[in-house]
Amino acid sequence: MLIAVLSGFGFSLAAIWIARIGRLRGWLFALLPLILTLYFLSFTPAIIAGEVITASYTWVPSLDVQLAFNLDGLSWLFALLVSSIGTFIFIYAGAYMADEPLVGRFYAYILIFMASMLGLVLADNLITLFIFWELTSFSSYLLIGFNHKDDAARKAALQALLITSGGGLALMAGLILLGLAGNSFEISTLVAGGGVAEHPLYVPILLLILTGAFTKSAQVPFHFWLPGAMTAPSPVSAYLHSATMVKAGIYLLARLTPVLGGTDLWHLLLPAVGGLTMLVGAYLSLRQVDLKRILAYSTISSLGSLVFLLGLDTPLAAQAAIVYLVAHSMYKGALFLIAGIIEHETGTRDVTALGGLARIMPAVTLAAGFASLSMAGIPPFFGFVSKELLYETTLGLQDTAVLFTTLAVIVNMIMVAAAVLVFVRPFTGAIVETPQTPHAVPLGLWLGPLALGTGGLAAGLLLSQVGSTFIAPAVSAILAEPIEVNLALWHGINPMLILSIVTVLGGLVVYRYRHVYERISSRLDTSERWGPAQWYERGLDAVLMLGQLQTRILQHGYLRVYLLTINLVVISLVGITLVTRYDFAGQLPSTDLHFHEAVTAVIIAVAMIYVLFARSRLAAVVALGVVGYGIALIFVFFGAPDLAMTQFAIETLTVILMVLILYRLPSFANFSSRGQRTRDAVVALSVGALITTLVLISTTIVQPSLLTPFFAENSVTEAQGRNIVNVIIVDFRGLDTMGEITVLSIAALGVYTLLRLRTPSQRKVDLTAAVETGEIAEKGKSEEAEGVQ
Amino acid sequence: MKATEKRHAAQSLILLTATRYLVPILLLFSLFLLTRGHNEPGGGFVGGLVAGAAFALYALAHTVHQARLLLRFPPRTLIGTGLLIAVGSGLVALLFQRPFMTGIWSAVELPIFGKLGTPGIFDIGVYIAVLGVILQIIFELMEE
Repeated sequence: MLIAVLSGFGFSLAAIWIARIGRLRGWLFALLPLILTLYFLSFTPAIIAGEVITASYTWVPSLDVQLAFNLDGLSWLFALLVSSIGTFIFIYAGAYMADEPLVGRFYAYILIFMASMLGLVLADNLITLFIFWELTSFSSYLLIGFNHKDDAARKAALQALLITSGGGLALMAGLILLGLAGNSFEISTLVAGGGVAEHPLYVPILLLILTGAFTKSAQVPFHFWLPGAMTAPSPVSAYLHSATMVKAGIYLLARLTPVLGGTDLWHLLLPAVGGLTMLVGAYLSLRQVDLKRILAYSTISSLGSLVFLLGLDTPLAAQAAIVYLVAHSMYKGALFLIAGIIEHETGTRDVTALGGLARIMPAVTLAAGFASLSMAGIPPFFGFVSKELLYETTLGLQDTAVLFTTLAVIVNMIMVAAAVLVFVRPFTGAIVETPQTPHAVPLGLWLGPLALGTGGLAAGLLLSQVGSTFIAPAVSAILAEPIEVNLALWHGINPMLILSIVTVLGGLVVYRYRHVYERISSRLDTSERWGPAQWYERGLDAVLMLGQLQTRILQHGYLRVYLLTINLVVISLVGITLVTRYDFAGQLPSTDLHFHEAVTAVIIAVAMIYVLFARSRLAAVVALGVVGYGIALIFVFFGAPDLAMTQFAIETLTVILMVLILYRLPSFANFSSRGQRTRDAVVALSVGALITTLVLISTTIVQPSLLTPFFAENSVTEAQGRNIVNVIIVDFRGLDTMGEITVLSIAALGVYTLLRLRTPSQRKVDLTAAVETGEIAEKGKSEEAEGVQ
Repeated sequence: MKATEKRHAAQSLILLTATRYLVPILLLFSLFLLTRGHNEPGGGFVGGLVAGAAFALYALAHTVHQARLLLRFPPRTLIGTGLLIAVGSGLVALLFQRPFMTGIWSAVELPIFGKLGTPGIFDIGVYIAVLGVILQIIFELMEE
């Protein structure tokens, strides 16, 4: 199972090369999800029998994090959705992006996403789950911003990332608290153990986890990132932002229902947020004219319905949720793909600018018809079943039946109208002139939507088999007890059927009078001024302003002030600690000073004083070099040859660098006033005194170091080296060294960007400046020559 | 800028002649430091610094352009290569079911290098990365 999850990551590394094979790449890439689909299907008998397949690998033993996977009914259903829809998406993307030069990168990202999503739904360990969760946010960011030259795409990608990863942080805190409260990080143990709902930390745990789930699944008030994410290529919208990734929050809620569900808070928050999201999403969807935005808002509404249903956590509601989820994944995935085809062929997604496409693309029309019928909830499509179950659930509520049934009917009426809108406007009527002239659609494009659309029909026709095979195991997993599922299209004439008929008729009326709807809703709409998207914008602006403010205060660019700040902080913090906490007892060790040591010390001191009074820059640099070499000599005297060598090399390079920079500096002059110099002298002397005191104190400590004997004993036996310093650098503390060379590399790249990547105009200014300073340097040199004399 | 370089090149016969002998010696010395680092004073870091100094000297005596030709690879490539080697040497341990960066040693004993092991490879990575960093900065400043 590990291979099944991680194969996507492996293939993503090779994607750029696989993509070079040309037109058939989509089909080739689709082989991986196809194999995964077959792999997961092979578990069907076991899953129906109620078995749970587990696999665990040690990952971070020191933190007790296992790469633990758990395939039960719920995970299995999600894994099947991810891999089977993935198959169609991959084929589709091959045709959709046939002319895209960076298609290899696209497949790399989407493979990472698929693998992360599989990991997320299969993970049994909370930490593993969280890591895959974040990976899906991350790949979603890359995919939304795929057209990275488009400003809007970058902005939408950042927005989605900030919101989902902000929720991710809350989720992480929630999952860690949950693990601590439940005494286990394995979900299966938590489900079996129970007792979290009575834990004192239950409320914060629930709120944090809900924040994570709600941001990911675009619940009000975090819903606005999802329409923004529609700047992503259509396969991404279909796959991530309707069929799978946005359902990660739903999955998490379903997964944790046995652990966290069943409380009053759960029964209050989930239906409230879900119900509000249903309404807001539906309300906004019909106000759009962009095909993808209509679908995006209706997706938000559907996600709200799912949260609402999970919040009730009755067997019927769970069953309704799973049926809704499967139906929605199929029809909405298909519709997004169709929106992509329409844009690809006509150059527009505006429904008011489209018409008569049925004559040009019959296969797509059929797919769109199936998907819209399922979305509108017409029998025998699967969407009909999901709506029936939703009504059955709301009618069965005790106090709130009327409220929620009314809500559900209104929402579904708007959904029917939206379904009619996305089908009737583009496909029927007279052919409308569009920016591009549509051609016959290739097989790779229409295969996916048609398969998904037909899937909705097939699931409706084979209802009882679908119910017992796919739905029942998942529902049983949500409720942690075996549940029987009996789905049927025809229950006789009952309240649900009447509500369905009312909904469809109402939807048609809404569609017919949608201009009235538009007029009323635009009066009511304050979201453009007071919606959460505006709060996000304001928040982001405020953060950026704060950043600029503190950068202006702290990063002013004056090296002398930086030095002053750093030194003053060190003096005050260390000095205060020394004075208040340290007891100056202990004997200074007797020192027998050798002659050569004394000479070196005098040389350093003299050179240092010379630096202060040097009248030319070159002289100062050379004198500083003398100081450095003197210190290196001291390292030699006291048995630190490695340090000494490094010091020599660094000193030499520093002098070279200094000399290079000298050419660019204006002539040597004294700018600071007497007062400033006095201040600097005081600070410098204080730092010197402080460091001297610290060194003296450290020599009075009698207790022998534990480190030296450890390294002396272990460096040969464990690290096979006799040079302890080097052994520490490359072996015992190798990770530090890795960090250091990484920092160095980034610093080098920073220098490169600072010097190289300037705008042409700046370069020109610098060039003239360079010429001027070149002259100045000449003058400076003659002055220096005088200074030396 | 070009003028500065030319002036450098034409500046000193002594520097040019000395460079001809010093650069190979410095480079050899840097490799010497690298290879013996595990048992005697030396190592990849200081070796990389010395090699960097050698190329910097060459660039001072001739031109940055000449030094770049001598180096053959752009410094940025060296930085990346060095980091990759360092990370790669740490990953070897995973193949032996050990935690990341555990030293893996072969029984082979080479004449100069001593025992062959992943920390040695890591040190080579450090050497290359440090060399790349130094030259990236120095070349860039010299070309200004």
